[in-house]
Amino acid sequence: MSDQSYLSLEKLTLAYGDSVAVADLDLSVRRGELIALLGPSGCGKTTTMRAIAGLLPVKSGNVILDGEDMTRTAPNKRAVGLVFQSYALFPHLSVYENVAFGLRLKGMKGAELDSKVQSGIASVGLAKFADRKPAELSGGQQQRVALARSMVMEPKVLLLDEPLSNLDARLRLEMRTELQRVQRETGVTMIFVTHDQAEALSLADRIVVMKNGAIEQIGTPEDIYNRPTSSFVADFVGFENIFALEGGGLKTDNGSVPLSVAPGLEAPSAAGLAWRPRMVTLGTGPFRGTVRGTSFAGHSREYLLDSALGPIKAEVDASEPVHVSGSDLSFDLPVHKAAQLSRIA
Amino acid sequence: MTARSLFVPTTLFLLATFLIGPFLIIVAASFSAGETLSFPPQGFSLQWILKVFTVESFRASFAMSMFLAIGGTAAALVLGIPASYALSRYRLPGAEIIRTIVSAPIIVPGIIVGLSLLRYVVVPFGVGITLALFLAHTALILPYAVRVVSASLDNLRSDIEEAAVLLGSSRLGAFFRVVMPNIKGGILSAFILGFVTSFNQVPVSLFLSGPGVRTLPIDMMAYMEIVFDPSVAALSSLLAFLSIGIVFAAERFLGFSRYV
Ligand SMILES: Nc1ncnc2c1ncn2[C@@H]1O[C@H](COP(=O)(O)OP(=O)(O)OP(=O)(O)O)[C@@H](O)[C@H]1O
Ligand SMILES: [Mg+2]
Repeated sequence: MSDQSYLSLEKLTLAYGDSVAVADLDLSVRRGELIALLGPSGCGKTTTMRAIAGLLPVKSGNVILDGEDMTRTAPNKRAVGLVFQSYALFPHLSVYENVAFGLRLKGMKGAELDSKVQSGIASVGLAKFADRKPAELSGGQQQRVALARSMVMEPKVLLLDEPLSNLDARLRLEMRTELQRVQRETGVTMIFVTHDQAEALSLADRIVVMKNGAIEQIGTPEDIYNRPTSSFVADFVGFENIFALEGGGLKTDNGSVPLSVAPGLEAPSAAGLAWRPRMVTLGTGPFRGTVRGTSFAGHSREYLLDSALGPIKAEVDASEPVHVSGSDLSFDLPVHKAAQLSRIA
Repeated sequence: MTARSLFVPTTLFLLATFLIGPFLIIVAASFSAGETLSFPPQGFSLQWILKVFTVESFRASFAMSMFLAIGGTAAALVLGIPASYALSRYRLPGAEIIRTIVSAPIIVPGIIVGLSLLRYVVVPFGVGITLALFLAHTALILPYAVRVVSASLDNLRSDIEEAAVLLGSSRLGAFFRVVMPNIKGGILSAFILGFVTSFNQVPVSLFLSGPGVRTLPIDMMAYMEIVFDPSVAALSSLLAFLSIGIVFAAERFLGFSRYV
């Protein structure tokens, strides 16, 4: 087993009946890595997690964990933990018994069991609540019980399916830190699903962006945020001005518009280019546009321009001179700042 | 007061009288001191209440009714719990048809069920009376068992079973460790409902009862044809109070009405 691929998904194809939900997915996760699975609703995140846990049979491909082929291993023999979005706590058992459940099944008892359970509960800050039933806890507390219940089992991989989506903004932030702390202290390999790009960017070592049952891009948060490789990921992380390249120019509804490439730089060979509103320069440049709308956002001001390129979104510091609606101005899309896209959807 | 404001209380009163009146008459009649079943009762005595316990055939048929109610309900639950589980957790082909077949004994009149069991099962296959009664009661209770247990299973999220499996339990183990404890209330409710249904069952038992083997209601009818004394009223009152006691206890401790 190489450290590079503690958990490997190889050409994983998953289906519900005849409808394929995830196709030919390849992913290698290092030991101790924190991976975020990011993507729109229905792209196959939960499906992938369930297959890693063994709850969903694999149609084809393999799941390799710690050097062992787990593809056909029963879910109760995999040492994979899963924290459900719904928590899935056992309603008839106390917090203590919920956390003790898996350890008892391993045959642990007496003082050893007690100390493990107690420290598990304490590590998520719920020592006072050990005797409560799940129904007597808040959402965030239930979430932490679910986390402790999985963590005391010392799983090889811990999967978390939208662990934070049921919490309010403040608790989310708290739980984010909590997750990070648990991950650092235990070094457990974690994969968590999220809809929220800010969450993925702030927590993960690497982000896997999924779309329609396939991986769109894998990379560090910096890669994903600054160097999206497809129009889908670019749009997802806020590059709102996206253009395909055609004959060395930007493709628009009215044909190709030549690019302004600064002297000494090569014309890009990518399939497309994308700019954040922040990257658009106003006041100078080869293009002309008319201000269609503007809005003040505190530290900055946002503009919507009508141009030969189509609508352009720009954002400049609030201290810059104001352009009123209807005024004509020149602008630039600096090529050296643009994200180079290899795929345009 | 207007006619309109009198309408609701009057209706309620008539309805209550209609529902509870006969029961009150029976209770009153059972404390009569007279020799025949009559209302209003003549005098007051406990003699008929006490006599109930001395009639030999009542004791035997009470034992039979208890056996059928407890045994039949237990058997219906042994069949009904797995059936409900399968119906609620798996997308079975023909699940709707299965549900319909399972509830058929509720819909088809008891007389017809009794007659057809007698004509096409008991007689041709020479099934013994006790066994025939047991099978018939199990079939009659099964719809209630499936309905009540299904209701509590539908209230229970299925992901807790998956959570149990990921914590190392087998599928079957997960059923006993996390499903059963959470549908306990539903199972007890089904048990009580089945028990009462079986105990009060007349038409089917009527066809299947035979020499020396009767359920209590059938025995009471037979008794009344010969002796018309208030002991039947006394027995009815005792049974009614037993049922009320059970249902009250169930509601009090289990929130019975949530599952029915
Ligand atoms: N039990 C199921 N039966 C049939 N199809 C399903 C089932 N569960 C999911 N699917 C389909 O598989 C695809 C992937 O679903 P999945 O639940 O993995 O999405 P997701 O990425 O987790 O979405 P969300 O963010 O909404 O949770 C979807 O098109 C969905 O309709
Ligand atoms: Mg999901």
